[in-house]
Amino acid sequence: MSKTTLTRRGVLSRGAVAGAGLAVPTIFTGSSVAGFTNEPTGGAVTLGFNVPQTGPYADEGADELRAFELAVEHLNGGGDGGMMSTFSSNALEGTGILGKKVEYVTGDTQTKSDAARASARSMIEKDGAVMISGGSSSGVAVAVQALCQEAGVIFMAGLTHSNDTTGKDKKANGFRHFFNSYMSGAALAPILGANYGNDRKAYHLTADYNWGYTTEEAVRTSTEAIGWETVAAVKTPLTQTDFSSYIAPVLQSGADVLVLNHYGGNMVNSLTNAVQFGLRDKIVNGKQFEIVVPLYSRLMAKGAGANVKGIFGSTNWHWSLTDAGSQAFVKSFGTKYGFPPSQAAHTCYVQTLLYADAVARAGSFNPCAVAEALEGFEFDGMGNGPTLYRAEDHQCFKDVLVVKGKENPTSEFDLLEIVEVTPAAQVTYDASIFGGDLGSCNPGA
Amino acid sequence: MFGLNPKDARLLIIVAIMVVAAPVLLNPFPEGSNLAQFNAGYPDLMQRFVIFGIFAIGFNILFGLTGYLSFGHAAFLGIGSYAAIWMMKLLTMNIIPGIIVSVIVAGVFSLAVGWISLRRSGIYFSILTLAFAQMCYSLAYSVLTPITGGETGLQPKVNDPRILDAATNDGVVPKTNLFGLEMTSSTEIVMGGWVFTLNAGYYVAALVMLISFYISIRIFRSPFGVMLRAVKSNQQRMNYTGLNPKPYTLAAFVISGMYAGLAGGLMVAMDTQAGADRMFWTASGEVVLMTILGGVGTLIGPVLGAGAIKYMENILSKINKDILHQWFALLPDGLEDVIVALIYPFVGKGWHLTLGLLFMLVVIFLPGGLVEGGQRIAALFKRKRKPEDARSGKSTEPAE
Repeated sequence: MSKTTLTRRGVLSRGAVAGAGLAVPTIFTGSSVAGFTNEPTGGAVTLGFNVPQTGPYADEGADELRAFELAVEHLNGGGDGGMMSTFSSNALEGTGILGKKVEYVTGDTQTKSDAARASARSMIEKDGAVMISGGSSSGVAVAVQALCQEAGVIFMAGLTHSNDTTGKDKKANGFRHFFNSYMSGAALAPILGANYGNDRKAYHLTADYNWGYTTEEAVRTSTEAIGWETVAAVKTPLTQTDFSSYIAPVLQSGADVLVLNHYGGNMVNSLTNAVQFGLRDKIVNGKQFEIVVPLYSRLMAKGAGANVKGIFGSTNWHWSLTDAGSQAFVKSFGTKYGFPPSQAAHTCYVQTLLYADAVARAGSFNPCAVAEALEGFEFDGMGNGPTLYRAEDHQCFKDVLVVKGKENPTSEFDLLEIVEVTPAAQVTYDASIFGGDLGSCNPGA
Repeated sequence: MFGLNPKDARLLIIVAIMVVAAPVLLNPFPEGSNLAQFNAGYPDLMQRFVIFGIFAIGFNILFGLTGYLSFGHAAFLGIGSYAAIWMMKLLTMNIIPGIIVSVIVAGVFSLAVGWISLRRSGIYFSILTLAFAQMCYSLAYSVLTPITGGETGLQPKVNDPRILDAATNDGVVPKTNLFGLEMTSSTEIVMGGWVFTLNAGYYVAALVMLISFYISIRIFRSPFGVMLRAVKSNQQRMNYTGLNPKPYTLAAFVISGMYAGLAGGLMVAMDTQAGADRMFWTASGEVVLMTILGGVGTLIGPVLGAGAIKYMENILSKINKDILHQWFALLPDGLEDVIVALIYPFVGKGWHLTLGLLFMLVVIFLPGGLVEGGQRIAALFKRKRKPEDARSGKSTEPAE
C-alpha cells in the first residue's frame, strides 16, 4: 500500500459509509428500555458509595466506607441490625431492599469535583448504580448532586455542611441528612452569648472557599443578632498550613473572640497556632479571650489534641449520645471495627437506611417515587431525635449538638462533650432564604 | 488523501476505525464475568479518552515540535470549560456556541500568557507557565467565585436565562445537545453476554478528535511544522540565519492553547460541570505525562498516552480488596491472602504507584514512549518476514 489511488466513486462510497456510521447513534436515540435509569432487574440492586479515599479527607472517607459496609450488612440481614431496630419506620425487614440483595461499588472522589463526577458516572454507566452516596466536601456534593439529577438517580449526600447543597444548588434528586452552616450559627449563638456575654468583639478567620463563606456568614449573622460586634473577617488560603501571620494581628484589632471558620487540617493548624500564641491566656477589654470553631468533628479534635479543651463548636452527631438509636449504632460499629464511629460515618449510615426505607415504602426504585417517599418524611430513632426531611429543599431538620472540647478526656475518642442539644425548632429557617430551585425529579431513561 | 501522504492517510484511517469501533473494542469481556471489571467501553470513559486525546495532541504541537515544556496547559483547559458553561447558561444548551467560544477565549488567553512566557525558554518558560496556571487556579477557586462558582464550580440551573432556547417550565434542566441530539443519549446493543453502548456524545467528541488529529498531521507536515522543529533543534542557529523564532513559537503556543480550550469546551459539553480542580498544577503535569508516556513528537503517541493514563485512573483505581479476594478465591486461604497483599498496593487507591512504575519503565527503556514500543515490536516481525525489503531500500519509515 505505497500509493492510494483516489477515484471519485471511491471517495463517495467511503464518505457514505462513514456518514452512515456516524448517523447510527442518532437513529436509535432515546432508547427507553427501562422506566428509569438503571432499573434493577435481577435479584440484586447496586448502590454506589463515592468517598474520598485519597487526599485531605481520606480519614473521613475511610470511616464513611465502614459505615456503608455496615449499613449494607444490616440491610441484607447480617450483623445485629444496628439502627434498623430503633428506626421509627418498620418497612425494612433485613431482606435487602424490596427483596433484592444489596450490592455496592466504591469509588474515590479524591475530594475533587471532576474526579468525583468521573467516579460517579462510571458507577452509573458501568456498574448500574441506582443511588449514589458519600463524599466529604460541599464542592463535591454539589457537583455529584447535579450529575445525579441529570442522570436520573438519587443522591444521598454524605458529609457536606455548606448551605449551598440544599440552598442555592439544591436539586430534586438530591437529599441531605447532615446539618448546615446556618444551623451551626443558630445553635451556637445562644450558647456563646450565655457563656461569653453579649458584648463581645469577634474576629473571623475564614477558609477562602464556599463552605468558609457560608459558615462565616451564618456565624456572623447569628452572633451579631445577640449583640456581638464583628471587628474583622480575614480570608485565609485553603492550602495555608502556618497561620501565625494571620493570628498576630488578632490581638491588635481589639477583638476578644476568635472564630475559626476552618475545617479539617486547616482548623487543626490554625487552632494550634492560636493556642501557641497564648491567645487564650490573654485578657482583652477586661474579658478572657476565647476561640470558637463552628464545625467540629472528632477527627479534627484528635488532630488538634489538647488545644481543643474548652473550645465551643457544633456537630451533627456524637457517639456519646445516649438515645437508643445512637447506642445501637455505636455498638454494632464498635463490634465490627473496634472503635466508635465519627459523625461522617453516622450520616452515611443513616442516609443508606433512609434510602432503603424510602424505596421499601414507595415500593419502587424509581427516583421520583423514592423522592416522594422521602419528602416530608418524619422519622425518629436515628440518633438525632425526631427528624423531618423537608420537602421544599430536601434538607433534614433535627436537633443540633453544641459541643466543647473535653477538659479531661478518658480515651483518644472521648474528646468532645455535649454542652447542649439545640432543638430543631430553633435552627429551622425558611426554605426560600438561600434561593435556588429544586426543579422537578428526573427518573432518567 | 485529504492532502496527506499515503502513510499519514493510513494512520488517520486506522485511528478513525479504532475510534468508531471503540465501544466494541473496549468491551472485550462479557457482562457479569469477573473480567468485566476491565471493560472500558462506557460513555464517560470513552469520552474522556478522546477529549484528553485532543488535549494531548494540542500539547504535543507545542512540546513535541518546539520543545517548549509548558507546565500550565490545564489553565487553558479550565478557561475553555468556564467559557463553554457560561455559553450554555446564557445562550443555549446546544454545544456549538459553547465549543466555539471556548476555543476563542482559550486562544486569546494563551496569546497573552504566551506573549509574556515566551520571552524566556527552557526551565524559566516552564516555571512562568506554571505560575500563570496556579494563579488562574487560585483566582477561580476563591477570588473570582462570583464568575467561577469557586469550590463548587458551575452547573447549568433550571433558572438560567438560555436566551436562544425555548423556555422550559417543567423544572428540568435541558441536556446538552447538538441541534436536538442529546449528548447523553445512548443505544445499547446486546450480543450474547456482551453489551455495547453507542453514545451520541462520544461520537461527537470522537469526530472532533479526528478533525483535531487531522489538523495536527497537517501542521506536523507543513513548512510551519518544519520551522517549529528548527526551533527545537537549534534556536541559536535559527537566529543567526536571520529568522525570528518568536512568531513561530507564539503561534504554536496559541494553537496548543486553543486545542486545550477545545478539550475543555468538549468536557463541559459531555459532562456539564466546570470547576477549578481541572486547572490545578497536577492537571498540567498529567498532560505532560500523557505526552511523554505515549511518545513526544509522534502523531499518535499523545492519544495513546492519554488513553493509558485515563484507563488506569478509572479502571485500576476501582479494584478494591473485595474484588481481589473474589478473583483469587480458588487459591488456598494463606496463599490468597499473600497474593492479595502483594497486588493490593498497586491497585485501588495505589494506582498512582502503578502509573509511576509504568512511567519509569517507559522513560528508561522506551524513551520514545509507547509508540517506540510498538515500532520495536513491528520491526521484530518485519525483519523475520521480509528481509528483501531492506535490500530494495523500501523499508517503511515509522509513522513519526
